Amino acid sequence: MAMIEICNITKSYGEFKVFDGLSLEVEEHQVVCLIGPSGCGKSTLLRCMNGLETIQDGEIRIHGDRMSGPGVDVNALRRDVGIVFQSYNLFPHMSVLENVTLAPVKVLHESRASAEEKAMRLLKRIGLEHKAREYPDRLSGGQQQRVAIVRALAMGPMVLLLDEITSALDPELVSEVLNIVRDLAAEGMTMLLATHEMGFAREVASKVCFLYGGKVHEEGPPSQMFSEPKEERTRAFLQRIIEAGRL
Amino acid sequence: MGENEGNREGGLIADLLGSDRRFTAGTPPRDATGWSITALFVALFVIFATWSTLNGIHAALATVGVGGVLPAIPLVLCGIAALILLWPAVQSWRQSQVAKSALAGGDLVATRVATASLREYAFSTFGYAAVVVIALFAAQFFIANELAVSRTFFQVPLIVSSLSLVIKAFWTNIYIFVIAEILVLVWGLIVAIARMLPGDAARPIRLISMIYTDMFRGLPAIINIYLIGFGIPLTGLPVLKDLQPESYAILALTLTYGAYVAEVYRSGIESIHWSQVAAARSLGLSYMQTMRYVVVPQAVRRIIPPLLNDFIGLQKDTALVNVIGSIDAFNQARIVASNHFNLSPVTTVALLFILITIPQTRLVDKLIERDQRRTRAGGN
Ligand SMILES: Nc1ncnc2c1ncn2[C@@H]1O[C@H](COP(=O)(O)OP(=O)(O)OP(=O)(O)O)[C@@H](O)[C@H]1O
Ligand SMILES: [Mg+2]
Repeated sequence: MAMIEICNITKSYGEFKVFDGLSLEVEEHQVVCLIGPSGCGKSTLLRCMNGLETIQDGEIRIHGDRMSGPGVDVNALRRDVGIVFQSYNLFPHMSVLENVTLAPVKVLHESRASAEEKAMRLLKRIGLEHKAREYPDRLSGGQQQRVAIVRALAMGPMVLLLDEITSALDPELVSEVLNIVRDLAAEGMTMLLATHEMGFAREVASKVCFLYGGKVHEEGPPSQMFSEPKEERTRAFLQRIIEAGRL
Repeated sequence: MGENEGNREGGLIADLLGSDRRFTAGTPPRDATGWSITALFVALFVIFATWSTLNGIHAALATVGVGGVLPAIPLVLCGIAALILLWPAVQSWRQSQVAKSALAGGDLVATRVATASLREYAFSTFGYAAVVVIALFAAQFFIANELAVSRTFFQVPLIVSSLSLVIKAFWTNIYIFVIAEILVLVWGLIVAIARMLPGDAARPIRLISMIYTDMFRGLPAIINIYLIGFGIPLTGLPVLKDLQPESYAILALTLTYGAYVAEVYRSGIESIHWSQVAAARSLGLSYMQTMRYVVVPQAVRRIIPPLLNDFIGLQKDTALVNVIGSIDAFNQARIVASNHFNLSPVTTVALLFILITIPQTRLVDKLIERDQRRTRAGGN
């Protein structure tokens, strides 16, 4: 049984159907990359998995447990499934350290000292321990995004969802963020990432999924998806990406 | 350049600019000598007007027996001070001469600099002249009809003799607004939270809080005070019927301003971008924890200026309690005023209110300015 099973889910905003029977499986320690044209629902899918959005039909299961629909403890779900957003969303009125320790202290009831000690270790890993007392607006975009990743990691998530975490960054800052993701992948963290960084997807992904028409239109290992996609749509999409010089 | 010319023919840009569009920033500035001449005339006119008004003041003072040399000294000093107005006007004139000779010498840069400073001087002349003119109108108003205005509103002996009485009564106003402000802070927050409770179950509570805020924002405070101050004693309800008029005033003002402040809280909380809530919830924080640690701390900074504004309104509205016969400063002053057929004690109350609100309005402006600087600097 796969760790995460997304079965036949449906979601619409009013008349507009974002998902129409979408299914997807993620094995433990896999890195799954979601690609697809803008507006195809990559962010929405990640937000549904984290309980920030509700689905109308179908099921999301983790280790066989239903994690969608009524009666789910979303707060508990979110402890296991972390998410990092495109726009970092650090809390501007808190220092880096407070950003990272808030949830461990308030949600997991860790002692402040041990939460801070853990946060400092994580910050050290990403080379930002000297910024622990700074406020987010004094950090570069890349540094903020790295802190956002650490903030999610501090909750000890089983799965990490990353939503276009580099698309708001200047090109020279992208690699410092991707390096962290690369490390996490090497350590076996289960991750789903929505991304436009095709080169990176090709490198780290265990599986690439092309979202189109409210479904996973095509999926496969990166070598196959990027070199010889079977579907016409996938080919057209990748063709456009290549023309834009992003692959 | 040559090839580009060809491309522009018939294009949208050429259409917009016209074919004979040339670079105009390099032409000499327009002659502005007219401004400096106008400035000179305005300065002279205002100076003469000042002298004539000062003369009038001197004559009026003589009629009330404060004539003579000693009071004339400040008046003469004012007359001399008015001459300062000539300085920017003359500077402006001199710059116009500089501009003229620079242009004759073919120095475009110097011409532009001189013309700019000519305008600057001319407009400062107008600015200061406008202030003086306003002051002159005020002075004329006060000395008109043999100092009638001054006597009605500023009879110094009466102000002095009634001062302690009025100030003592002003404590009633202070008592009312301090208690009401504390209650409003709490009550407004309760109403605001009730209005924002999530989920279907809270729908009736949201509705009732909405009805409350709509009603009390529509109801004039004076009517509210009147109804509560006279109505509740008539109902004969135990405890409630025997309160002091001040307590009814506090109750009424709390209800009215609670509605405003609830809206202030709500708009402050809603001004925090939803992505902050999403980020907090995604970390497993509950709705209440998200409010407490993420949303409210950020909202407070934005809430304080409008909150202070509402408090200033509340403070001024404490003067309305005279409709239910509470002896506040205004009521006390009116009593003294009708005994003496003179409004000067009421002027005292007016000044007292202005005195306590000005520091607050200044503070509000400061806070708003600080907040704008922060957002402009790219914070959140
Ligand atoms: N709150 C909402 N209300 C209505 N429509 C929405 C809402 N959120 C998203 N949508 C719509 O759902 C679709 C999927 O949005 P989503 O943000 O998931 O796209 P995406 O694949 O992440 O795109 P991008 O690559 O541009 O980030 C879009 O067409 C969007 O307009
Ligand atoms: Mg997106």
